[in-house]
Amino acid sequence: MRDVAILGVGMLPFGRRDEDTLMDMLAYASMKALDDAGLGNGSVDAVYVANMGGGMLQHQTSIASSLVDRLSLLPAAAETIENGPASGASAVKNGMLAIASGYYDTVLVAGGEKMREVTGWRATDFVATMTHPQAEYPYGITLPGMAGMFTRLYMEKHGVTREHLVAISLKNQEMGTRNPYAHVEMALDREGIYDSPHAVVNNPVAADPLHLYDLCPVSDGAAAVVLCTVEQAKQRAKPYVVIAGFGQATDTHTLAEREDPTDLKAVTLAAQKAFAMAKLKPSDVSVAELHDAFTILEIAESEHVGFFKKGEGGKAAAAGKTRLGGQIPINLSGGLKARGHPVGATGVAQVVDIVWQLRHELPENRQVKNATVGLTVNFGGFGNNVLAFVLKRVEA
Amino acid sequence: MPIDMELEMVLRPPQIPMPPYPPKVITLANGKQMVVRQAEREDVPTILKSVHPCLFIERDYYDIVSARLYGELLAWYRYRVKSEYCLIGQIDGYLVGIVNGRLENAKVGMSYHTLAIDRGLRIGSHLFAAKMEYHIDYIGQDEILIVAESPIGFRRWMVEYPLEPTTIPHELGGGDSWLLTRETYLKAKSRLVVGDRPVPKPLLDEAMADIKFADDDTIREHIAGLKGR
Repeated sequence: MRDVAILGVGMLPFGRRDEDTLMDMLAYASMKALDDAGLGNGSVDAVYVANMGGGMLQHQTSIASSLVDRLSLLPAAAETIENGPASGASAVKNGMLAIASGYYDTVLVAGGEKMREVTGWRATDFVATMTHPQAEYPYGITLPGMAGMFTRLYMEKHGVTREHLVAISLKNQEMGTRNPYAHVEMALDREGIYDSPHAVVNNPVAADPLHLYDLCPVSDGAAAVVLCTVEQAKQRAKPYVVIAGFGQATDTHTLAEREDPTDLKAVTLAAQKAFAMAKLKPSDVSVAELHDAFTILEIAESEHVGFFKKGEGGKAAAAGKTRLGGQIPINLSGGLKARGHPVGATGVAQVVDIVWQLRHELPENRQVKNATVGLTVNFGGFGNNVLAFVLKRVEA
Repeated sequence: MPIDMELEMVLRPPQIPMPPYPPKVITLANGKQMVVRQAEREDVPTILKSVHPCLFIERDYYDIVSARLYGELLAWYRYRVKSEYCLIGQIDGYLVGIVNGRLENAKVGMSYHTLAIDRGLRIGSHLFAAKMEYHIDYIGQDEILIVAESPIGFRRWMVEYPLEPTTIPHELGGGDSWLLTRETYLKAKSRLVVGDRPVPKPLLDEAMADIKFADDDTIREHIAGLKGR
């Protein structure tokens, strides 16, 4: 297999983008990535588009074909990738494999979702369509509901506390204020969301024991990357980023069928595969973007990828070990919690943020000094389809 | 404008003093302190300056809510409505939200509007709760008639309390009306109505000294900016 580099990245600010269609967002993010890659003339071999809900929410399918035409990239090959909230990383993986195989040399991967044009209730229902159609969905389960049950179990088994979850909310929303691409740019205050009796209204229970600020927002947004061969990246004569390793694993569709529902086996396996391929270990990682659709997931994933032992992730977060300047900075973009979670875009956006980190292009208040290795974890379903990437900076 | 006071006495409804609403202070999610207090009739021109830029924001029905609130407050200011009141929320003296209503009779209240000028901090929820608190705990009413004009309002009031549907028409017209009863209010109070009294003097003095208001562009950005507030 050939090594694959990331030549260009682009993203739109996430949030509520009433004025943009799904295709507008995908096109703008793609153009930014193409410009960043120095491919303003739009020459790519193939386009992979990650999207989960276009067919349901916008009544629009064949999105990749439409994007190729919109960007005048004809006759590039085009495919839409749907893999739930892990669609973004799946599209990056498919683009990467296409180049690694030697079939294509340059691939555009874009991920986008427009979720705010329906009510929050309908968006929640749309996301819940990834649950088991007979064993879960008919009983009214939603992803926040599932995360609430998971959190309760995790608290009982691994000692996670509300204080640990609050630490994640505070950290990620603070980072959101430093990220112009973040949906939520509002710092939280511990008193206001936890200590004060007024927190009962400010931060109400959403899915016990999770509260409002334990959940990511429903967002619109898009992100894109241009993948290429390492030889192409070298021609730019400046540091570049390679996909040093990737891993993907699946788990049972229903949480109830897992021997231990708190054991996110697919996260562990995906991360192990990615580290093995990269010939690196968790302690080599400078910065990580983990899929914190719920605060508990950042804690659980930080343990399952090997940053901390089981039961230590929450304590580490509360101790500041996952903040900028800490032992392993996590979600310096604000994560899904603050950057937002347009489901099809998220996995691509995680890669974009890590590329900025590894190229040392972020402002001081978000940049990990001398970052060389980054990890992303994109979590589909409730851990039933997970992808991890290890990205690495290469000096010119 | 010259006023014929003889005719005015025919047109003006009786002006019945409204019971006082003791100010309270709420700590918001971002740690800021919001003072909730009763506005006086003389405050209306200043309040309207903050309502005006919202008249032209279609998003989330701000235009309809603002236009009707503007008319209701103007009618109160110029003596064309009976038994109206207005509560406001202020952060650092700045006006961040407005709620109003009136008394249908001694036992039944009529909730008018809730306008959050700063968003993302549940200011609307806090102020709507203050309005219900005023009707039940301070005026001593038994029921409040409510109608929602925006989906956000619907989610905040009908679902969070939850209210009871009623066939009694609301004077704003619109969809079916909803009723908050004393019983429903008391059940919901511990999780929806918060605030500390008395308000520390420096905070209250700041709020009472002057109603500050953001410029039109800032208000529009807060409500209708590209971000998802």
